[in-house]
Amino acid sequence: MDKMPKWADIVLIPLISLLLAAFFSALVILAIGENPIAALKLMVDGALMRSAGWGYTLYYATNFIFTGLAVSVAFHARLFNIGGEGQAMLGGLGVALCCLYVPWPHWSLAILGASVGAALFGALWAMIPAYLQARRGSHIVITTIMFNFIAAAILNYVLVELLRPVGAMDPASAKFPEAVHLPTFQDMFSTEGSKLFRGAPANVTFFLALLACVFVWLLMWRTKLGYQIRAFGHSESGALYAGISPVRITVIAMLISGALAGMMSVNTTMGESERLILNSTEGAGFIGIAVALMGRNHPFGVLLAAILFGFLYQGGAELALWTSIPRELIVVIQALVILFTGALDNMVREPLEKLFIAMRRRNA
Amino acid sequence: MDFLTLLQVLDTSVRLATPLLLACLAGLYSERSGVVDIGLEGKMLAAAFFSAAVAFYSGNAWVGLLAGVGASVALAVIHGLASVTFRGNQLISGVAINFLAAGMTVLVAQSWFRQGGRTPPLEGDARFNPIELPFAIGPTDAAAADRPLSQLIAEAGPLQQFYSELISGHSSLVYLALLTVPFTWWLLFRTRFGLRLRAVGENPAAVDTAGVSVVWLRYAAVLICGVLCGVAGAYLSSALQAGFVKDMTAGRGFIALAALIFAKWRPVYALWACLLFGLFQALELRPDIIENVSGLKVQVQLLGALPYILTVVILAGFVGKAIPPKASAEPYIKER
Repeated sequence: MDKMPKWADIVLIPLISLLLAAFFSALVILAIGENPIAALKLMVDGALMRSAGWGYTLYYATNFIFTGLAVSVAFHARLFNIGGEGQAMLGGLGVALCCLYVPWPHWSLAILGASVGAALFGALWAMIPAYLQARRGSHIVITTIMFNFIAAAILNYVLVELLRPVGAMDPASAKFPEAVHLPTFQDMFSTEGSKLFRGAPANVTFFLALLACVFVWLLMWRTKLGYQIRAFGHSESGALYAGISPVRITVIAMLISGALAGMMSVNTTMGESERLILNSTEGAGFIGIAVALMGRNHPFGVLLAAILFGFLYQGGAELALWTSIPRELIVVIQALVILFTGALDNMVREPLEKLFIAMRRRNA
Repeated sequence: MDFLTLLQVLDTSVRLATPLLLACLAGLYSERSGVVDIGLEGKMLAAAFFSAAVAFYSGNAWVGLLAGVGASVALAVIHGLASVTFRGNQLISGVAINFLAAGMTVLVAQSWFRQGGRTPPLEGDARFNPIELPFAIGPTDAAAADRPLSQLIAEAGPLQQFYSELISGHSSLVYLALLTVPFTWWLLFRTRFGLRLRAVGENPAAVDTAGVSVVWLRYAAVLICGVLCGVAGAYLSSALQAGFVKDMTAGRGFIALAALIFAKWRPVYALWACLLFGLFQALELRPDIIENVSGLKVQVQLLGALPYILTVVILAGFVGKAIPPKASAEPYIKER
């Protein structure tokens, strides 16, 4: 018998953890001499009350959906892919190569090609740690951390030495050609009379991210492979007994994870900056960890959590603009979310379990 | 390359290896007890800020050091709570601590100093200044002779050059860090506490059966880790540099982690690993030297990634095998 009803596990615990994180964030804001309620109001106004605000919120959310899904697929196989950042960086390289060296006739074809490029590069970057974990027993967390740094070095080298146009100063590739520019929400939803999403970077990649959610759901819960991944994550010895190859599942799960992380770069590199820049990932690979934890590794949860973090990101930018609270407040909130929903999970869970057991006893 | 240039590079290596060494030994205590710590970076960063801030207000580097250690230990307690008391995921806890430090340091720095996430520059006693060992040529000799220090050293004999340039003239924390290596070896391999600490990382159930508290031992290790990370952070902001700047650890916590694996969780090996990685960092600052010696144009970026690449190679078991303590990252659940 379960200790808790399912809704408590899926809704109540994340909610309590989130409230705890919010409470401590408010304390932090108070401690630096600002008003948390005014700050929240400013964030809501800036991120959700205007269509342009939503344009930014959904742009950030698109990144976090991809990286959140990436972390959650790996989590299902009980692998902690902390290398989303590096995989996304390499994914950006894939996008840039596709956009710069293939003469695409139209953006709709280009986005497909760039997605394949991004996924391929991201997956390749995840494959080496996956192989080392599966075959040589090197811990995937450590290797993926190392691979983040190696990816940053490679990207730096490629941008400075290879892709930088002659005469340009900043380490960035050339601008992508006009044909591969993706339509933004402003292009798609503005009418003659009213301009919506003015200047916001949200673009058609958001729908690609939604498709990715559906894809991951189908994969994990409607295919044999997904079942194998979850079975492996649940019990390695059980999976082995059922004839599931640990090496195969480890590598495949990480390939999917890396591909998803890499695809984040379609949004940033192709949709926003329209050239490859040094820091296009901006830590989104790490936010994927918080998103996956909060979304309880389910694509729908990841979607909601990604939108929440998109809101926090855009709201945080507004705060930095109008108050003296720096953007790093978001990093603190993100840390608290990871802490309470991830590391201190048992702190919330154990008292609740006791409570539910006590209630059941009284009813019986 | 002449002898003096070599000494200068090695001197810089020692300087840059010191924070790595302190953080690496910090991780060694924690991981030997079975608590994996990828939050070394965050603890160092928090300590770097609070030590610089308090040193600025108090004008005393040692008071700053205490504050830095306090901040680092506070984060260590969170890690202990998450990984020992609540038996949570130690890796996730480490990630959270890194972000907490990265955000909080800037937030507090902005609130206290309003200089865009940095502290004002530290001067005089607010910094750990170089110590001149006896018989070494140092700034006082230069002042007495009224000539530049570099000239005096260049004229000295090779042994004196070696002594004055490489051995003497570091801040007290460098010598402290070097002394921590034999001390750690002694503590881990020659005392009862050390035996128990290592045992709890390999087989906590056995330690528990022997009537020794697993929880207490792991907390002790996590707290020692916090103290050492605190010293490492204080060294960064008030000895290596003069003040705190945003994200000043710049991945050193992870290089220390890499060094720990490279050293196969052993204190003396840790010293060599950190010196090697310190040398890489020193050469990264002086790419001209490699070019002169080898005649090749070296990619600075790739040199920076070398510690990480080497660690992956070691982890993959292609060169020797790095086997972590057996009970790494596993929370201990006492049977009831």
